[in-house]
Amino acid sequence: MANEILAEQISSEYKYGFVTDIEADNAPKGLNEDIIRFISKKKNEPQWMLEYRLKAFKYWLTLEEPNWAHVSYIKPNFQDIIYYSAPKPKVQLNSLDEVDPELLKTFEKLGISIEEQKRLSGVESRIAVDIVMDSVSVKTTFKETLSEKGIIFCSFGEAVQEHPELVKKYMGSVVPYTDNFYAALNSAVFTDGSFCYIPKGVRCPMELSTYFRINASGTGQFERTLIVADEDAYVSYLEGCTAPMRDENQLHAAVVEIVTHKNAEVKYSTVQNWYPGDKNGKGGIFNFVTKRGVCLEDNSKISWTQVETGSAVTWKYPSVILKGDNSIGEFYSVALTNNHQQADTGTKMIHLGKNTRSTIISKGISAGFSNNSYRGLVRIAKGASNARNFSQCDSLLMGDKCGAHTFPYIEIKDKSAIVEHEATTSKIGEDQLFYCKQRGIDNEKAIGLIVNGYCKEVLNKLPMEFAVEAQKLLSVSLEGSVG
Amino acid sequence: MMLSIKNLHASIGGKEILKGINLEIKAGEVHAIMGPNGSGKSTLSSVLAGREDYEVTEGSVIFNGKNLLELSPEDRAREGLFLAFQYPIEIPGVSNVNFLKTAINEIRAYKGLEPMEAKDFLARLKEKQKLVELDGKLANRSVNEGFSGGEKKRNEIFQMAMLDPCLSILDETDSGLDIDALRIVAGGVNKLKSKDNATIVITHYQRLLDYIVPDVVHVLFNGKIVKTGSKELALELEEKGYDFIKEEIGA
Repeated sequence: MANEILAEQISSEYKYGFVTDIEADNAPKGLNEDIIRFISKKKNEPQWMLEYRLKAFKYWLTLEEPNWAHVSYIKPNFQDIIYYSAPKPKVQLNSLDEVDPELLKTFEKLGISIEEQKRLSGVESRIAVDIVMDSVSVKTTFKETLSEKGIIFCSFGEAVQEHPELVKKYMGSVVPYTDNFYAALNSAVFTDGSFCYIPKGVRCPMELSTYFRINASGTGQFERTLIVADEDAYVSYLEGCTAPMRDENQLHAAVVEIVTHKNAEVKYSTVQNWYPGDKNGKGGIFNFVTKRGVCLEDNSKISWTQVETGSAVTWKYPSVILKGDNSIGEFYSVALTNNHQQADTGTKMIHLGKNTRSTIISKGISAGFSNNSYRGLVRIAKGASNARNFSQCDSLLMGDKCGAHTFPYIEIKDKSAIVEHEATTSKIGEDQLFYCKQRGIDNEKAIGLIVNGYCKEVLNKLPMEFAVEAQKLLSVSLEGSVG
Repeated sequence: MMLSIKNLHASIGGKEILKGINLEIKAGEVHAIMGPNGSGKSTLSSVLAGREDYEVTEGSVIFNGKNLLELSPEDRAREGLFLAFQYPIEIPGVSNVNFLKTAINEIRAYKGLEPMEAKDFLARLKEKQKLVELDGKLANRSVNEGFSGGEKKRNEIFQMAMLDPCLSILDETDSGLDIDALRIVAGGVNKLKSKDNATIVITHYQRLLDYIVPDVVHVLFNGKIVKTGSKELALELEEKGYDFIKEEIGA
């Protein structure tokens, strides 16, 4: 029964697959020092930034693309990618009237209103948004409101211009360009991204959000995000992403760095919905991302929550280095793969400080012909006394053509550590489905219910607006995947 | 006639379990189906509910004028057929309330009705919880997850009360219930009884029928209804065991 439906499986509709017809300002294809100089010049960067890029590029040339992940794909041709694409006109936008109407339509379709009507009418929206389309940040909202509290929330490019001391101090301090192949590549060619600094003692009054959109064909997206929470600061940060449906594979290689000082907390939530490719596995985004935070000082906390439903291939391990004593790292993840998607995702919790705690809750869902791997490292360093970790990795299989894999690595160098690991694998039960149907709930809705129930612990961690979106996304991504 | 089963044959994995069932049920009636292990009682409830493991090889089932066997399991439910499961299924992470709200609104959508207003839903929830003396906390817990055997059965009757079906099939609802739970479950069923609905009580023992008094008792044996009578038949069975039936039909 399940097999029959699997056989005639229809891939769910990807509703963000449209292309916006706006003129773009592109760099020529290919990667060399000239391209890097071109990007740096386009962005009017200071010399130190260019030097950083060139160092990273030279280092990248010495590296080989990693192949330890449990994924297989045709490696991208790095000379066949456009490394810079900016929607035209590339002028400073002062008001919405100056924004290309096509661009505004795009945002409307994406369901994000950058029109600050609500604020104008006295109703304050609770989310400030930075939008990155292809290579550049197009619009950041609520900047003024935030700056009253001393919060800096702007595009990365702007931060390089306006706050070079902060960028110099923190950029690369968590993910150095030597970290890995894609981090080195990103460090050389990144074009924009978001920058956020929360000063001492400030709780950011609204959710900050970056919306990433790949639009132009043949381009790669290489953005960088840097979030710094100073002492006693707090921020909740959201990230969303979509891309058009294209037959080609497009590369997305981002770097996200988070730094928390004493007593600070950063909550980072992602709903990743890059185009996953069609039902035969053609096209889709290669999502090779390095995300890491460091709890630099005592009593700080970093929490990653991710709902991953998109991308053809995902390679992503949002991690926390628990350096400060009593610091806390959390990772809550739902990774859903359908059709021919492949995901190798998990986290690293590196315990260095005393009394540090980490929690890992990973929920994998595999359907179709997909492969879904959890890969996680828990390392308790010598001297990290009384460290605690709890890991729970659950896998849910739909049908009999998909795979779920778990690769937990545990390294303990301190005897006082307590590390717990639980793992389960289950199949969505015919009995559960029949029970739902007997109550009048059809197959699709039943799967949505069961899957959302399974992911509840993670979805509960998302901010309200995101949780609702994520629930819908999970149901839509599984349409037609099980009988 | 609400339900009319004619010469129903059904098999699983090539093995015939139901060998020509005939049964007619009118609105307002309670029918008990009794029989020894392996006689086909649960198969009958599964076939009526539309479990796909079973293959109907012969016969017909008309439910409120519709060919039941042509309907999908969810459409049978939407038409008003309810099965209280012998072994209720757990759905982790899905609250009873959310589950029931989804079910009610799916059924309403099928009938071309708007989703139920939140306040009406909550009012119904409160009222029906009382009916089966279900702890309010259970309504907010995940469907059947971590419920005791008795709680699961009570939850089935609670769902039945919420969905207000036209025909309810209670599949060995008494199994695993202590006497207090039995009384509560049966009390709930009795309160839900009306001139417009009907109930099929499938059971091993006469005990449940002390509380839910049937209008008609059928004895199922080897895939066929071999004897039909009044509620006294259940008592006779209790007294003499199933052997006397076997003797009577010369099995």
